[in-house]
Amino acid sequence: MPVIRAVSLVLAHAPSFVRLGSKPLRELRKVEQPIEYLRPYLRDGEAACAYAPNQVFIGNVGVDDLAAWPAPWHRHPVEGARRFGPDGEIMPEDEFLGLLAACDGFDLLALDRDVAGPARAALDAHPVVGAASGRPPVPDGVAAGVLQERIERHGATPLLGVDGRLLGAVLPGHEEDDTLTGQVLLENLACKATAALALRHLLARPGAVAAEAVRYVISCGEEAVGDRYQRGGGNLAKAVAEWAGCPRATGSDVKAFCCGPMHSLMLAGALVQSGLYDDVVVLAGGSLAKLGMKFQGHVKHAMPIVEDVLAGFAAHVTRDDGASPVLRLDAVGRHEVASGSAPLAVVKALYSEPLARAGLTLLDVDRFSLELHNPEATEPAGSGNVPLNNYRTLASLAVMEKLIERAGIDAFVRTRGLPGFSPTQGHIASAVPYLGHALRGLTEGHLTRTMFTGKGSLFLGRMTQLSDGVSLILERNPRR
Amino acid sequence: MELRGKKVIALGERDGVPGPAVAECARRAGAEVVLTLTACYV
Repeated sequence: MPVIRAVSLVLAHAPSFVRLGSKPLRELRKVEQPIEYLRPYLRDGEAACAYAPNQVFIGNVGVDDLAAWPAPWHRHPVEGARRFGPDGEIMPEDEFLGLLAACDGFDLLALDRDVAGPARAALDAHPVVGAASGRPPVPDGVAAGVLQERIERHGATPLLGVDGRLLGAVLPGHEEDDTLTGQVLLENLACKATAALALRHLLARPGAVAAEAVRYVISCGEEAVGDRYQRGGGNLAKAVAEWAGCPRATGSDVKAFCCGPMHSLMLAGALVQSGLYDDVVVLAGGSLAKLGMKFQGHVKHAMPIVEDVLAGFAAHVTRDDGASPVLRLDAVGRHEVASGSAPLAVVKALYSEPLARAGLTLLDVDRFSLELHNPEATEPAGSGNVPLNNYRTLASLAVMEKLIERAGIDAFVRTRGLPGFSPTQGHIASAVPYLGHALRGLTEGHLTRTMFTGKGSLFLGRMTQLSDGVSLILERNPRR
Repeated sequence: MELRGKKVIALGERDGVPGPAVAECARRAGAEVVLTLTACYV
């Protein structure tokens, strides 16, 4: 069986990009002074770093610690919060701007001179994407007049800071191509940059796979890289592998809405199991379009817009090393075409059926990881506590299968569930953020078995009414 | 609620009851489902 040997989880604080998220972009057109309107609700880098869910994301705070953390979380910062954690980092925006520019191989994103200089200096000193990493340099900045000209005469998308200052601009990749506008390219670049950051973190782990040994990369982000003839044509995977210095890698993108990461981990496991590749990396960058998705709820409740971070992850899937947690390819849960959409049928297909195939029940799983959206992001907008609702559905299945009493639902949710701690970054919030905690728990800790479930809203693309789902069991290596 | 002979718009939610499940219930109760949609709030 293949194993997941290492994982990295990163955040990039991007308050200036919130205005460019899909929802803010549409809603702020109705506001007279959008910069001033949004500004009081945007956090500084220190607040974003000290935000307890973000600290859980990078592994500095435990999931059970967060469950006991005083609410609201945005008013109870983590004291002495650190930017780096065992799983990754929370990159400040000034560095992220440099990273974005360094990821642009076509000189379409230009930063203002006063922005590019400090961004380059900060990024060059970075421990995993610094100047010594061999990555492309942060280009020189340009004069403010040049940026203005690009915006006014060439249709560039302006990048404004939280205070309205012009930080940079992104030129379209083609004059008549709606898939290569500055906005679309910025979304794709943001995805590439956060995925590349995650991959560099993964490769910098002690005992990590050598960059030269990575032979296949699967990207499962939500961007649509392409042109007018091939919208969403893809292969961001290869672009990220190139940038991160994996010369012998090739790769491809897997698309399945938020279920992409689970499909990708399954496929990576199958590639390893088949013997085709020994070392496969699954990764994804963040979704700029989803920044500030629920911002109206946050503004309404006079709280900070907590959807101000882009997320990324990378996972190394390889042959059994006798120590790393095992990916049980014999017990993959799948939502098939005929599985239907009734909630009970869906949870049976994703949980009971694969567990039964492995001779297990729900009670043999220590922790379930599913939709891990931070409720502090969704509840103010009326979208409820997504993880809690899903855990209660799962606990109801345990009742129906006579594994627990109805009175045991709360205890099931508390002990086998997780608090939502992921930014609402779609595919990444879908189970993946617990991977770092799970790997530690299944190697150094007391966990025996975990189960990861992703769900995808295929119906949003208007090609089918179906949703999607895949579940994977990750368990302690029997030789450990 | 009597649904026989009524036209129904079935609106569902991915993490609750999806649109097709709502539509199927309405159809079995004798309604004509004219539109099925599912929302995803995350």
